[in-house]
Amino acid sequence: MDAVLLARLQFALTVGFHFLFPPVTIGLAWLLVVVELLGWRKKDEIYVRVGAFFAKILGLTFAVGVATGIVMEFQFGTNWAQYSKFVGDIFGAPLAAEGVFAFFLESGFLGLYLFGRNRVSKGVHWFSCLMVAVGATISAFWIIVANSWQQTPAGFVVRNGRAELTSFSEAVFNPSTVIRYLHTVDAALITGAFFMAGIAAYYLLKQREMEFAKRAMRVAVVFGLIVSLLELMPFGHEHARQVAHTQPEKFAAIEGLYANATGAPLVFFAVPTTKPPTLHANIEIPGLLSWLAFGDPAAPIKGINEFPADQTPPLWLTFVSFHNMVVLGIYFILVMAIAAYKLYRKTLWGSHGFLRLLVISIPLPLAACQLGWIAAEVGRQPWIVYKLLRTSEAASITVSAQEILFSIVLFGLIYLCLGVLYIFLFVRKVKHGPAPVGAKEVVA
Amino acid sequence: MMDLNTIWFLLVGVLIIGYAILDGFDLGVGVLHLFARTDQERRIHLNAIGPVWDGNEVWLLTGGGALFAAFPVVYATVFSGYYLALMLLLAALIFRAVSMEFRSKVESSRWRGFWDWAFGLGSLLPAVLFGVAFGNILRGVPVDAQHMWTGSFLGLLNPYAILIGVLSLCLFTMHGAIYLAMKTEGELRDRVAAWIPKSWMATMGLYLLATIATIFVSSFLFAGMLKNPLFWVLFLLLLAGALYIPVATKAQKYGRAFIASSLTIACMIGLSALSLFPRLVPSITDLNNSLTIYNASSSQMTLSTMLVIALIGMPLVILYTVVIYRVFKGKVVITGESY
Repeated sequence: MDAVLLARLQFALTVGFHFLFPPVTIGLAWLLVVVELLGWRKKDEIYVRVGAFFAKILGLTFAVGVATGIVMEFQFGTNWAQYSKFVGDIFGAPLAAEGVFAFFLESGFLGLYLFGRNRVSKGVHWFSCLMVAVGATISAFWIIVANSWQQTPAGFVVRNGRAELTSFSEAVFNPSTVIRYLHTVDAALITGAFFMAGIAAYYLLKQREMEFAKRAMRVAVVFGLIVSLLELMPFGHEHARQVAHTQPEKFAAIEGLYANATGAPLVFFAVPTTKPPTLHANIEIPGLLSWLAFGDPAAPIKGINEFPADQTPPLWLTFVSFHNMVVLGIYFILVMAIAAYKLYRKTLWGSHGFLRLLVISIPLPLAACQLGWIAAEVGRQPWIVYKLLRTSEAASITVSAQEILFSIVLFGLIYLCLGVLYIFLFVRKVKHGPAPVGAKEVVA
Repeated sequence: MMDLNTIWFLLVGVLIIGYAILDGFDLGVGVLHLFARTDQERRIHLNAIGPVWDGNEVWLLTGGGALFAAFPVVYATVFSGYYLALMLLLAALIFRAVSMEFRSKVESSRWRGFWDWAFGLGSLLPAVLFGVAFGNILRGVPVDAQHMWTGSFLGLLNPYAILIGVLSLCLFTMHGAIYLAMKTEGELRDRVAAWIPKSWMATMGLYLLATIATIFVSSFLFAGMLKNPLFWVLFLLLLAGALYIPVATKAQKYGRAFIASSLTIACMIGLSALSLFPRLVPSITDLNNSLTIYNASSSQMTLSTMLVIALIGMPLVILYTVVIYRVFKGKVVITGESY
């Protein structure tokens, strides 16, 4: 098989699997900041138990996230050596900054947070939780900076056969960084909220740990409703507008706009087929896409046919992943809105069907994260850096297809095991439940 | 005044030394874990490094990022060249990372036994592989005039590199034993402390052997060394640190022994770095093809931007590293939050 295709598969596997864990970590960390603050300031022992329990889930998730993240730091060099040489002058800096500003902070304070509950004061303990959340969120910033530079490169000049930095601030705050950052971090917060709400729902259904579960549920639902709404408006909307202005090929692909249109419709549902690219069974509102993207229902938008065939991304995958992400985003708002309403009407604790829905919704934000990431990265193709370097020119020349295949099999097996073990330990931990009230900490 | 390229050579060196000292003892504890006898003992091992190992490993990640940012040609050429070795290293580090977290979650002896092995081998393999990689750098790696890799995986496993690999294994084991002696008490401490003289002897013997071998394998590393005052400073510090380890161990002053072994590690790496300078990766086929701090670096703009980031960030890093080590200083206590 083709070495570049294998290198892409390898990258998709390792980064896709890794990306299952940081959203949970970031989301749960911020929820824990809220929960631990309530426990500390209100002197509420039950909130403290919620904190201690979800801290264990955080620790488990963090460990797998760190383990799979190590690979990411090195794999630009191993698999994408030509890319690394071409963009190293710019792309390396955010990765190093992530280490210096974020990793030390989050990993150092995570140790203090997980192991230091009885060693430091309550205030310092809460502060260490805050620093874990801040560190994880800064980490996301530098990664989004690096990835956004691939989408909308800025602050550089091509010289000496490579991209050389001319303005660090322009490279960091390139046209897509800020909105993509807000969109991604908010997705992580939604993920955390659904984790906490789903676990609380499980206890409510089992009629166990009721006070514990009610407190966790209240925090998760209020938090979850706010962040789910923000994800659509303004973050999702503004991000789509940014793509429309800076990466029109990607925009046409994800929206399913295959021919030029004035007053382009917003397609809610369609079945895409290829050769030629067509949408079937469309449900759409005419003019809405033009209005959303350019503020004018009659605004012309370039269709995919406007662009040279060797500069357009795969159409089917981008359309399907983007649209399913949007559907999930709307689902999250509905679920959290219903939950908030039931909470307000005091009927949530007894709504068994709805609680069951919350339990099975736990993994859905992760699916949305993956779909959004696929839309973003596949939508950038055939470029590894938009309009600057093709993916096909970026892989390592000295690494053979067999070697890459070996690493795919190696990491495929390891990640399969890690995934199964993570779910096993997660379910076990939830079934086991929080530590009993007043349990003496010292075991030996 | 030093140029930016030299400053970054130093900073990458500092990150590597920081990693070797800090994660070095984690890896050493992992190796000793293979010889532990009881579940209680194993838990003490894990909890001795539990709150700090993750932060220690960050030195490696940041080192990787800094290498990418400052010397992208080295990052790209060496890592793609060492492809399979690096994949094995990463797989081992993954097992080490998750084994600590997973082990404590289920109280079955088979489950725990499995993760004990994963933790032990996941530490032992990196302890060897870091040395093998370092040995290959000292020996020179196969890169041509275009800085393209021309070697193979098996070529990495040459006798000289394996010698350095065994050396780093013994060095980290000693370092880990000293750290554990510092964190434990009673009978367990006596047993752990017994590893210190053994691994010290092995480390010293192998270091001597490696130095002699280097004269034959990479004589260029010694060019001009004896006239370099910095060489003598590092050499004398190495001697002082290395000789003080058995003295402090005998007096049961493990904290001091730990400082001495940290100094030993720093000086060993420092001496190698000094003899490589200004090369980063010598070419074994023709020294003129070597990757140096000038032909493999980023632009001056990037190096100066990165320096600002390092000057802001590293004092913070050192501050909270110190704070966290102070909180967890003293003997290991197993509590409900422990592994």
